[in-house]
Amino acid sequence: MPRRKGAPEVNAGSMADIAFLLLIFFLVTTTIETDAGLDRMLPPIEPPDQDVVIKQKNIFTVNINKNGQLLVEDNLMNLKDLRKAATAFLENNADGSCTYCKGKKDQSSSDNPTKAIISLKNDRETKYSTYITVQNELVGAYNDLRNREAQRLYGQDFTKMEADYLNPETPSAIRDDLKDKVKRIQDMFPQKLSEAETSTN
Amino acid sequence: MAKFTKKKDGDLPAVSTASLPDIVFMLLFFFMTVTTMKDSSLMVENTLPNATEVKKLEKKDRVIYIYVGKPTQEYQKVFGSEPKIQLNDKFANVDEVGTFILAERAKKPQELQNVLTTALKVDKNANMGLITDIKQELRKVNALKVNYTTYEGDAFNNLQ
Repeated sequence: MPRRKGAPEVNAGSMADIAFLLLIFFLVTTTIETDAGLDRMLPPIEPPDQDVVIKQKNIFTVNINKNGQLLVEDNLMNLKDLRKAATAFLENNADGSCTYCKGKKDQSSSDNPTKAIISLKNDRETKYSTYITVQNELVGAYNDLRNREAQRLYGQDFTKMEADYLNPETPSAIRDDLKDKVKRIQDMFPQKLSEAETSTN
Repeated sequence: MAKFTKKKDGDLPAVSTASLPDIVFMLLFFFMTVTTMKDSSLMVENTLPNATEVKKLEKKDRVIYIYVGKPTQEYQKVFGSEPKIQLNDKFANVDEVGTFILAERAKKPQELQNVLTTALKVDKNANMGLITDIKQELRKVNALKVNYTTYEGDAFNNLQ
């Protein structure tokens, strides 16, 4: 006699167990990666075609020795003061061509932000953590100035504008708008951070 | 009377667990989507330094990773305790960095090959000598965009 009932119902009681098993597996293997860091451009290896003459007063030299001490413009300096010194150098504005700078116009310091160069040198035995701290302070000096100008012109921080611009989830209409603004602020204080080859002595 | 006694012993009904699988599945799918399987296990110590002025590394497919640090305990007998470079799954010398970058670059699609970033994940106790050598190698193969990967935090904590 054929059975009139359809296929018997599968017991779904153990579904939760199976799902839990999978869940625990993925919980354990998950690493929600937080990758963030300092973006830098290395200089190209080919030397420029012609030698560029740079006035000594437009270069802000930062030397780190193997003990992590700083020599800034031939003076020993505490790491905590570096950001302030770099900011003062960048917006010094000796030739008066920078209308938005608030520097002291010291004739023995940089002409204007587009000419100012920060040169960073380190010893082979310098610790990486010290190097990163110095890099962080120098980038911070640029960001402080850029934020100030962005606040004045557009009422928001440059770092936020740049992050929004680089974020692929921002709508393209907003990104197009931000592109010009970001570019303008970047041109006001172009980041010129040179890293020459390490000195060996 | 019988009516009342019946009500009395049924006063705490069991909580229905019928929706438990649904909840668990929801969590499961969340973790499945955010999971990124590690493609190489770390063979070096990798405590990154802190920095405040960080930028996020968007788009993982455009990043090449280089790890630097002291070999971990189990490898120290063979490789010593001086900081070493780890490329993918093995230790490497400085002069292998260039070929590694070129090989990784060749694996990527054509349109991404010019926008690659090299993420340097360096232990905070490493010396700059090794990093400078790596940077020199990167310059030789024209991989100029680098990212010193750090944790977010006060940079002055590095100095302790």
